[in-house]
Amino acid sequence: MGQIKLLQGNEACSEGALYAGCNFFAGYPITPSTEVAEYLARRLPLIGGAFLQMEDEIAAMAAVIGGALAGCKTLTATSGPGFSLKQENMGFAMLTEVPCVIVNVMRGGPSTGVPTGPGQSDIMQCKWGTHGDHPVICLTPAYVQEIFTETVRAFNLSEKYRTPVIIAFDEIVGHMRERIEIPDKGVLPVVDRTKPTCPPSEYLPYDDSKGDVPAMANFFEGYRYHVTGLNHGTDGFPVNASPRIHTDELRLMRKVEANKAEIIKYEEYLLADAEVAVFAYGVSGRSAKTAVEQARAEGIKAGLFRPLTIWPFPEQEVAALSARVRGIVVPELSLGQIIFEVDRCAKGRCKIEGIYRVDGDPITPAQILAKVKEVK
Amino acid sequence: MAFNYDQYIRGGKLPHIWCPGCTYGIVFKSILRVIDSMKLNRDDIAMVSGIGCASRLPGYVDFNTLHTTHGRALAFATGLKMAKPDKHVMVVSGDGDATAIGGNHFIHACRRNIDITVMVFNNFIYGMTGGQYSPTTPSGHLATTMPYGNVDPSFNIPELAKGAGASFVARGTAYHAAGLDRLIIEAIQHKGLSVVEIINACPTTHGRRNKFKSPTDMLLWMKDTFLPVAAFDKLPAEKTAGKFPMGVLYRKEGMPEYCETYYGMAERVRKQKEGRA
Ligand SMILES: Cc1ncc(C[n+]2csc(CCOP(=O)(O)OP(=O)(O)O)c2C)c(N)n1
Ligand code: SF4
Ligand SMILES: [Mg+2]
Repeated sequence: MGQIKLLQGNEACSEGALYAGCNFFAGYPITPSTEVAEYLARRLPLIGGAFLQMEDEIAAMAAVIGGALAGCKTLTATSGPGFSLKQENMGFAMLTEVPCVIVNVMRGGPSTGVPTGPGQSDIMQCKWGTHGDHPVICLTPAYVQEIFTETVRAFNLSEKYRTPVIIAFDEIVGHMRERIEIPDKGVLPVVDRTKPTCPPSEYLPYDDSKGDVPAMANFFEGYRYHVTGLNHGTDGFPVNASPRIHTDELRLMRKVEANKAEIIKYEEYLLADAEVAVFAYGVSGRSAKTAVEQARAEGIKAGLFRPLTIWPFPEQEVAALSARVRGIVVPELSLGQIIFEVDRCAKGRCKIEGIYRVDGDPITPAQILAKVKEVK
Repeated sequence: MAFNYDQYIRGGKLPHIWCPGCTYGIVFKSILRVIDSMKLNRDDIAMVSGIGCASRLPGYVDFNTLHTTHGRALAFATGLKMAKPDKHVMVVSGDGDATAIGGNHFIHACRRNIDITVMVFNNFIYGMTGGQYSPTTPSGHLATTMPYGNVDPSFNIPELAKGAGASFVARGTAYHAAGLDRLIIEAIQHKGLSVVEIINACPTTHGRRNKFKSPTDMLLWMKDTFLPVAAFDKLPAEKTAGKFPMGVLYRKEGMPEYCETYYGMAERVRKQKEGRA
């Protein structure tokens, strides 16, 4: 039957993590993400899990990778400045293929910015924050229930593809309370990493001969191997100036690229006959839904495309949409970031209009409705 | 019979990257002798490092090895240890790695007194990047980024560790290799955070620029400079200038160890909760 609860988005995130089997959290307090840590500080000891408040976000990200290598399902949560600090070690987890989940409850920025206000201006940082080419999966839930289910999905994708997964939502949905249903165990799938079946002497931690996601041995289980942030061979040891670096980097990207059909998730609302579309995620997606309903009430054929996966970007879907509608309105709590992705995929097939706001308040349905009318 | 180091060295991973005359090889051998003499199960050992010449060590040894980001080894190690408190987690770090970029993690690991053995290879310089000054470069020494002599005051690593709460602090040198074995054994046996500062020589980027004619000169400097702590303590104050104690410099048994305290707390609250239910 599940359990009905009234939870904040941040708490639902913690519940989702526990549902997915998370038994290790490391973090550093920062508004507006702190409740994720506080909730897990109460819950993890009760299940014998590890909770660590580290000395900073760099350490928290490192600890989460260490915990994951020892076989735990690990989570860290942060916001703006802390997300910046995590970047180097996030790149380490991407290259070394260590599954873990990073929550970024987005606030206004840059710098200390608006700690208590919502933002969507880290969305390109989610993709490009760490240096070098790297695969990124980033999920963008907009409702408390969705934060729960997407957190479960984040862990599953992370374990399945051996890569860190980011969940990015904003202060408003992080702090908003809504009714949610926590399903019984077994209702939602829970995925665990694939472990090697070969004897340790034959184990290659980055073996790419049987597919793009190598089996992962946990530390201390008899498979003694090497993990390094240097580019490495199939045996995990550093390689320099080798064609292997090129092919392995391509494989890392392919883990995400070739599995977009599974990873990409979105909601289409009243889009079938729409002449104007709104492309919006997170809290802006919620306003957009209302705006679309208001437009429909006025006889305007508007619809909503709301990505739950923002990275990899739903390129094909946006391209197809741009061919069917007169225009796409892109409201975002930034001065224009994700609009460039929409524009890149639309390739001039329709009008693209942004609505930008960074004053600490959300974009209202009225703002979106007005823009929809302009575009129509 | 000569000690068989090969049994712990990963096949095909030698030669190592260290320069001729670098003392890291001496310490490397000491660590392998120690692990062998303690009969530790190699599946139960994680060796974690940051970035630098010293931090390349884990790549050569047949344990669970983790070569992380510059300065962050202790934070990764803390994650491993919290996940598996019954395993041996050891950290190998350079002076820059441990006390400059990783200084914050270093003091906080000491404060937590988590059961990790930290070996800081102090060669008084950033070796890997070619000889820039580190937080332990002696005053007046030349470094590529102190071409007129170092004006940056330096850390005393054992004092730093002790002040931050480490419950076992020792100093050894690459010259006094036999003594070093004993210090590392004690450090691993100690329950809690143990720091062993290991004095090393980087002839390539430090010695060469600082009037050490050869790597041997640097070892002889260690011989003259570091005295067993008992001998050092007997020196009259006016004779201690330029000398440093080595050996176990500080040890406090019975200090609460972090994982034990955390999981003890977890157990207690779980039982309380079950009792109430
Ligand atoms: C974040 C970051 N900053 C700088 C570097 C460059 N770097 C690599 S090793 C090193 C210094 C290492 O010195 P130390 O820790 O003393 O080790 P040693 O090489 O002397 O053994 C530096 C600055 C890096 N790899 N990462
Ligand atoms: S540069 Fe210095 S520390 Fe690095 S290997 Fe050479 S001698 Fe050793
Ligand atoms: Mg050094």
